[in-house]
Amino acid sequence: MMHQSVSVTDSSLSIRGLQLSFGAVQVLHDVSMEIGRGEFIVLLGGSGSGKSTILNCIAGLLDVSDGQIFINGRNVTWEEPKDRGIGMVFQSYALYPQMTVRGNLAFGLKNAKLPKDEIARRIDRAARILQIEDYLDRKPGALSGGQRQRVAIGRALVRDVDLFLFDEPLSNLDAKLRAELRVEIKRLHEKLGNTMVYVTHDQIEAMTLASRIALLRHGVIQQFDTPDEIYRRPVNLYVAGFIGSPSMNFLKGRIEGEDFVFNSHRIPLAGYDGRPRDGEAILGVRPEHTGFRTGTDGVTAKVELQEHMGAESVIHLSLDGQRFALRTPDDTHIPEGTTLSLTFDISRASLFDPQSELRL
Amino acid sequence: MAKTSASGRPSRLFRNLNAKIAAIPMILTACVVFVGFSAWTILHSFTKSRLLPKLDFVGTAQYERLWASDKWLISIQNLVLFGICMLVFSFVIGFLLACLLDQKIRFEGMFRTILLYPFALSFVVTGVIWQWILNPDFGVQSIIRGMGWESFTFDPLNNGRIVMFGVVIAALWQGTGFVMVLLLAGLRGIDDEIWKASRVDGIPAWKTYLLVIVPMLRPVFVTTLVIVTAGIVKVYDLVVAQTGGGPGISSEVPAKYVYDQMFLNQNLGQGFAASTMMLLTVAIIIIPWAYLEFGGRKRG
Amino acid sequence: MADFAMEARGPRPRSRISPRSIMIYGTLVLVAIYYLIPLYVMVVTSLKGLPEIRLGNIFSPPVEATFEPWVKAWSQACTGLNCDGLQRGFWNSVRITVPSVIISILIASINGYALANWRFKGAEAFFAVLMIGAFIPYQVMIYPMVILLRELGIYGGLTGLVLVHTVFGMPILTLLFRNYFSTLPEELFKAARVDGTGFWGIYFRIMLPSSLPIIVVAVILQVTGIWNDFLFGVVFTRPEYYPMTVQLNNIVNTTTGVREYNVNMAATILTGLVPLLIYFVSGRLFVRGIAAGAVKG
Repeated sequence: MMHQSVSVTDSSLSIRGLQLSFGAVQVLHDVSMEIGRGEFIVLLGGSGSGKSTILNCIAGLLDVSDGQIFINGRNVTWEEPKDRGIGMVFQSYALYPQMTVRGNLAFGLKNAKLPKDEIARRIDRAARILQIEDYLDRKPGALSGGQRQRVAIGRALVRDVDLFLFDEPLSNLDAKLRAELRVEIKRLHEKLGNTMVYVTHDQIEAMTLASRIALLRHGVIQQFDTPDEIYRRPVNLYVAGFIGSPSMNFLKGRIEGEDFVFNSHRIPLAGYDGRPRDGEAILGVRPEHTGFRTGTDGVTAKVELQEHMGAESVIHLSLDGQRFALRTPDDTHIPEGTTLSLTFDISRASLFDPQSELRL
Repeated sequence: MAKTSASGRPSRLFRNLNAKIAAIPMILTACVVFVGFSAWTILHSFTKSRLLPKLDFVGTAQYERLWASDKWLISIQNLVLFGICMLVFSFVIGFLLACLLDQKIRFEGMFRTILLYPFALSFVVTGVIWQWILNPDFGVQSIIRGMGWESFTFDPLNNGRIVMFGVVIAALWQGTGFVMVLLLAGLRGIDDEIWKASRVDGIPAWKTYLLVIVPMLRPVFVTTLVIVTAGIVKVYDLVVAQTGGGPGISSEVPAKYVYDQMFLNQNLGQGFAASTMMLLTVAIIIIPWAYLEFGGRKRG
Repeated sequence: MADFAMEARGPRPRSRISPRSIMIYGTLVLVAIYYLIPLYVMVVTSLKGLPEIRLGNIFSPPVEATFEPWVKAWSQACTGLNCDGLQRGFWNSVRITVPSVIISILIASINGYALANWRFKGAEAFFAVLMIGAFIPYQVMIYPMVILLRELGIYGGLTGLVLVHTVFGMPILTLLFRNYFSTLPEELFKAARVDGTGFWGIYFRIMLPSSLPIIVVAVILQVTGIWNDFLFGVVFTRPEYYPMTVQLNNIVNTTTGVREYNVNMAATILTGLVPLLIYFVSGRLFVRGIAAGAVKG
């Protein structure tokens, strides 16, 4: 299923000028988003960025201070959560402990007074999709973390809604299970084609799942774009530093004509994707976009430490006293103190204005 | 669920309406009983109400009479004496017992059960039991005399000068276990690594308790102190059951004074003034504590 | 709320029989004996005949055990008005305690739930007043309460006393439930809202079934507290509705007639039996109950 391009008229979820304050503390600043049908949106950010807050506002679990929320073109800003046509999956699973898995799945449907056979049909379908048929009659306490999270997803699934909300659903799982369920959520999305809004602080989840990522900081959307755009053309220093591991390297210098001048080194900017102008600037280069060979010409740096990861390695360098990391598929050992000559892939680098921190 | 205004935003009043309805008993209790009734009593303590409450103000006349009354002065003296003895002994004994029980001993549960069971009993029961044990003709005094010490005299319940100690003995029997349990819970809340660190440093156990543990237990001590003190101010049933305020008026306490004035002597104004003084006493204890405990950090 | 897991933490004694452990156990045994003496004295006195009491000392075991004082305390002992024993007070106490416990816990648990999960405007302020109210001496509030009950036409009877216990038990119980519900995962509450459950639905279907442990603690706290109450009983009920504690006091401290110490002690044991039973059965939960107010959640 294709869900890359979005037109505003076709939006499944629309958030307009959302503001939220608790007393004097403003938590969300004018958050607006247009989300198309079938998109997989990831709200990404550190703790306190407001990502979960936005999700709770969409769900109707928090009252907004200002702004509107539309789901399928309908203004739901002041509707009860149950009337918004959403399903929600929580970090702690939030399964009702006294009810069986079947009871958990049926609970919302019974509240909505659906006929019995319809409830049974939906539970069967969800159980089949999520492969939880074998433990429908167990209580949540008797399930493993992964199984519980499947049930929690199932509870959203049976509601037969267009919009799924995920609040850090994989954070409580161990690394291996997390990777497995990540793939499953992706498959589920492709199979169902619902709109999904997914909150996480894990950039790998964001990069692999999202059709678009909204990167948040202090309740402000920094960039709302496809994972590829965010990776390639981060709009500002914060986004550039947040995405990627190890983080992007930043070199302070100035732009003079066609070159970036940095500690008496001149780096030609030919092939740069953007419009640099003369003046102070910061050059951002990702560790994986830096090449090297042993040598003492051009930009040089001394090896301080090498992290071996089997398939690849990260080399930590000192570049004129500044820290610099580079990533290479080559895992051969390079002794500490070796001087390396570095080359930068300027076509994939970013330049930032040091004052406004925006990309040039 | 909520009514919606033209702008789409529901009015504040109807938001969470069910929660507000459900909280009505709480709101009524807080506003009517705790605030309203207290204010009513304070207001009427400035009137000359006798058999019935009347808003016939007489300024501070009731308080002047109160502080001129022998019975009230003795009540206050007794309360202070009782309070100091209770606090000192219940904390010293309670803390020592808590430390003993904290020594990884066997049968800890049994000892704890025995030391706390009196707390489950009514003050009336406690008062009656100790009235019997301190009975001069059959109790402790007669037994020790019977053992050959003919001149031994310990008859607090019939001797106005020491009657309060008889009450203290009973109150300690009932209340020390409570102090012990709270302090023991505090001791158990202390990180095991403190003990490891002090053993590595070679500090003797008693010194660790005194110099490290006690300061760490400060919040538990303070909270326990507040609860015990608030209980002391209210002491009533124990005195009624054990001594009836006697001999004479020598074991009167403020709470009993209030009850007697209100319900036996038809002297409501005195009762209101006396109970307002009790409120004042509690306020003097509670306000600094609440300030220390909750004032520093805004709503937790 | 703190967990009162009573596992020992202090430094471990090196060997079983050291001077140190002899001192510790010796002290504890002596203290335990001191604590148990009153119970022992009560029991032996209640089993002796009056002549034997007059001759012997209070510690000697009964030569001829008799249950007559118990029978008399239960069914014949005299208070000021009537001579049908403590049974009247016992049944009054039952009829006071049972509804008071149920109603006060129901209301307090709803309060706690509204406070912990719904946080409507002003809720915290009312809660703060409620908590401060817990420290106000009852003497300050009893007279206006008498007037209120009189106006409502329930002064002197059991209904009024039940209301009084509900009102004055509210602060501590509300605190207990509020703190407990705050420890339940908030997401459970959110999930139920998404599933279309309203205020009462969440309370009855999600919260109440999850709160059995705290309900047990609250029941213990309330049963012992209400059973042992004296002040409210004597202020708010007429003599025929006096609870057991008030009746015990009237039996023991009646000034007329011969003092029947054995009957008094039997009556005392009978009055203390219900809370003692609860105490010994509930054990650790009792400790949690009494410490609930002392330890902030």
